[in-house]
Amino acid sequence: MKDVHKWYGSYHALDDINLTIAPREKVVLCGPSGSGKSTLIRCINRLETHQSGRIVVGGIELNDEEDRIDEVRREVGMVFQHFNLFPHLTILQNCILAPLWVRKTPKKQAIDQAMHFLERVRIPEQANKFPGQLSGGQQQRVAIARALCMSPRIMLFDEPTSALDPEMVKEVLDTMVSLAREGMTMVCVTHEMGFARQVADRVIFMDQGRIVEEGKPAEFFDNPQNERSKLFLSQILH
Amino acid sequence: MIATFILSHPKATKRIGGSVAIVLLAAMLYWMGVGPGWLQPFLPGALQSPGASRVAAAIVISLLIALNWKVLGLLPRLYQVGAVWAELFALLLLFFYSFNLSFSFIAKKIGFLITQGVVTTLYISVISIVIATIIALIGAIAKLSKNGVVYGLASFYTSLFRGLPLLMQIYIIYLGLPQVGYVIGAIPAGILALSLCYGAYMTEIFRAGIESIPKGQTEGATALGLRPNHTMFLVILPQAMRVIIPPTGNQFIAMLKDSSLVSVVGVWEIMYLARTMGQKEFRHIEMLITASMIYWLLSIALEIIQARIEERFGRSLKR
Ligand SMILES: Nc1ncnc2c1ncn2[C@@H]1O[C@H](COP(=O)(O)OP(=O)(O)O)[C@@H](O)[C@H]1O
Ligand SMILES: [Mg+2]
Repeated sequence: MKDVHKWYGSYHALDDINLTIAPREKVVLCGPSGSGKSTLIRCINRLETHQSGRIVVGGIELNDEEDRIDEVRREVGMVFQHFNLFPHLTILQNCILAPLWVRKTPKKQAIDQAMHFLERVRIPEQANKFPGQLSGGQQQRVAIARALCMSPRIMLFDEPTSALDPEMVKEVLDTMVSLAREGMTMVCVTHEMGFARQVADRVIFMDQGRIVEEGKPAEFFDNPQNERSKLFLSQILH
Repeated sequence: MIATFILSHPKATKRIGGSVAIVLLAAMLYWMGVGPGWLQPFLPGALQSPGASRVAAAIVISLLIALNWKVLGLLPRLYQVGAVWAELFALLLLFFYSFNLSFSFIAKKIGFLITQGVVTTLYISVISIVIATIIALIGAIAKLSKNGVVYGLASFYTSLFRGLPLLMQIYIIYLGLPQVGYVIGAIPAGILALSLCYGAYMTEIFRAGIESIPKGQTEGATALGLRPNHTMFLVILPQAMRVIIPPTGNQFIAMLKDSSLVSVVGVWEIMYLARTMGQKEFRHIEMLITASMIYWLLSIALEIIQARIEERFGRSLKR
């Protein structure tokens, strides 16, 4: 991302964002509510459009060309705070929908692949249930499996654990840690500091649409430089 | 104060309320002018003044209704429903019977009314329903479009065709299109008017249904790389169906009956035949009642189909 700006009406949501993420790198984004974290990662797969600057994902520059956008979206998986599973489809159908219609994978192969990923997130036995029959943690793991079924090269997570009951947070984080260990490129918006310390190569702190501070997790958490980062950390760590 | 009384003495309230209801019912029946004639055999000579006998008749009827209510209260729910239907249907028949209908006339004509009238009505309705559904789908997507031209087209369409009386639309299409050099038959004109009018209503139903699906569903699908049309047909519409089906069923039933308006341009559907066949022998009422019953039966059939479909979509969507 180079010199990226975004406005909602007159509101300056992203203010001069410059950010380069290397392959296999794990980046954790944090910052107060409304600081533009969601907006930033949603620009990466163009759920939001930026108004100036350049965003290049996997060598493809994002602009209004639909083919490019489609190409980027095929390579970028995303996991949302509220899962966004399709309630009218079973877990398995959720997972094979995009491979069938976007990648045109043969059905048999798509199912095999989906079962493989459901096993990796450790819920293959739920394959024929509907999302509403699963717990929040299970649903979020399905959402991760669903994204992985498209074999993305980059995974985006937007507060994947903040809608979960505390006892389910761990199962989702464990899934994400194992994904990180396998070398996936990841950008996570999360306030789970344990997770950030464990897997992040870099922590980025945002405030009011700007990147205020970035650094290695140990440096950032133990010795934040910026006043607002200090304030923020003192608030979330109590 | 009254509220306190009601809340603290539920039983007394119920009794008083029941009595008041019976008195009101009797008063209403008296006011409606219920005749005492049918009481005569039971009370020979007892009530001489016409006023008193009318009061007595009104009271007796309301007591009978109250008794009926009590007795029905003892039955299980399913039987209650059946009994109420049977009683009301009997009353309806009684009402029709009081017209001195010629059943032989009905029997003579009903065959043609069904083979020609019902077939034509169903034919017009089914085709119109299919076209209206397609229009509604396109209209709803257009109304949700960011493109101003597309939105303008769709909103003008729904405004115009919801705003003009259907009868007018039928006339305008049937009489107006030939003016611009396009001669159109009565049946196509009827189908066109019904489709356009109901398409406009259903556009709004479909739009509301689509909008009722949370934005996260579109985002989830988009993030997976699904194109907008895939998202709409694979993700949004199947979920919106649950919201769309009940009011759409209503529209189908309404359209079935509004197809009777097509009779004004001379299409031989139920309404037209009922009117013309009755006219010849001055048996209007016979034919109109027969036609009404046919419409009712067809509506009931649609209601049943609607319930089936709702059940199916409800099941797959349980959350
Ligand atoms: N669709 C939108 N329209 C207008 N303003 C928006 C929209 N989405 C987000 N915003 C605003 O942009 C700012 C950043 O939002 P967001 O990126 O969601 O913050 P975060 O994820 O860091 O909490 C917020 O102040 C929010 O009110
Ligand atoms: Mg957010």
